[in-house]
Amino acid sequence: MREAIATPLAAGDDPLTIAGRTLRSRLLLGTGGFTSHALVAEAIRASGAEIVTVALRRIDPAASGSLVDLLAAAGVELLPNTAGCHTARDAVVTARLAREAFQTDLIKLEVIGDEDTLLPDAPELLHAAEQLIDEGFTVLPYTTDDPVLARRLADVGCAAVMPLGSPIGSGMGIRNPYNIALIREAVDVPVVLDAGIGTASDATLAMEIGCDAVLAASAIARAQDPVRMARALRAAVQAGRLARTSGRIPRRLYATASTPDEGLPELSA
Amino acid sequence: MIRLNGEETQLQAGEPLAAVLAQLGVSPRARGVAVAVDGEVVPRAQWDSLILHDDARVEVLAAMQGG
Repeated sequence: MREAIATPLAAGDDPLTIAGRTLRSRLLLGTGGFTSHALVAEAIRASGAEIVTVALRRIDPAASGSLVDLLAAAGVELLPNTAGCHTARDAVVTARLAREAFQTDLIKLEVIGDEDTLLPDAPELLHAAEQLIDEGFTVLPYTTDDPVLARRLADVGCAAVMPLGSPIGSGMGIRNPYNIALIREAVDVPVVLDAGIGTASDATLAMEIGCDAVLAASAIARAQDPVRMARALRAAVQAGRLARTSGRIPRRLYATASTPDEGLPELSA
Repeated sequence: MIRLNGEETQLQAGEPLAAVLAQLGVSPRARGVAVAVDGEVVPRAQWDSLILHDDARVEVLAAMQGG
């Protein structure tokens, strides 16, 4: 099938460098929640994502088809996660396992502190990040929208910070855009909005307030038409990035006429 | 008795890790697979040589959708 969506950014026009990789796509794709491997492959194509998350779980001997083979065929780079870990120790061991399994030093570090909100456990997250960086990992931490924690994570050597817009899978968008903008100011590493995206406008807002990229999983995988939503988010991220780099007009309380008064005829009797 | 992915098995101490993996159909060259014994990673190079002790807890993990 031909790619139907126009790409407003020419290839290489506005690349993102993250963890030493130069990416044309500013949309990262999470693979959680898709109902089949085939749908993952289709969503990768539609999203244009070049980095795709993957998890490690107990092997299912009855599983059909290999996810890693599919992702290799798609030509994407794997970003293994530590989803489900609640302590720094578990996250560190999971990262080591991921490095063994996928032969990559990239790790999406998640250390969960609460079962209901899946919000990160800040002290454990920072502790795990420090240890993994010591061990040579390239750490991309899933973090809260706290600018101070983001700065601490960047200071210990994380290659990016990935603040949440709202809880994982909630589709609540960006609850505190002000904090996300502050994070952009607080760190020199890329900021990837991770978690909370519900629809295209959320992704555009993320880019407009200065995020360098967006990671979306549930928003695409659980949409009624995941492939169509992958296209929507691709366009949304590009639109937001274009708008961010265009220099938007300031907000004003009163109108500013867009048509000049000069040359206005006198028509009243 | 060796525990494999949280389940008791008939395997006894003295088995090499590779035997456990073979039982799961995991080849030494399988991509996207990692193994931990007693909570520590076992590098692929040691899959053949590692002999499991009694009560060893073996976790065999594979790539899954997530994140």
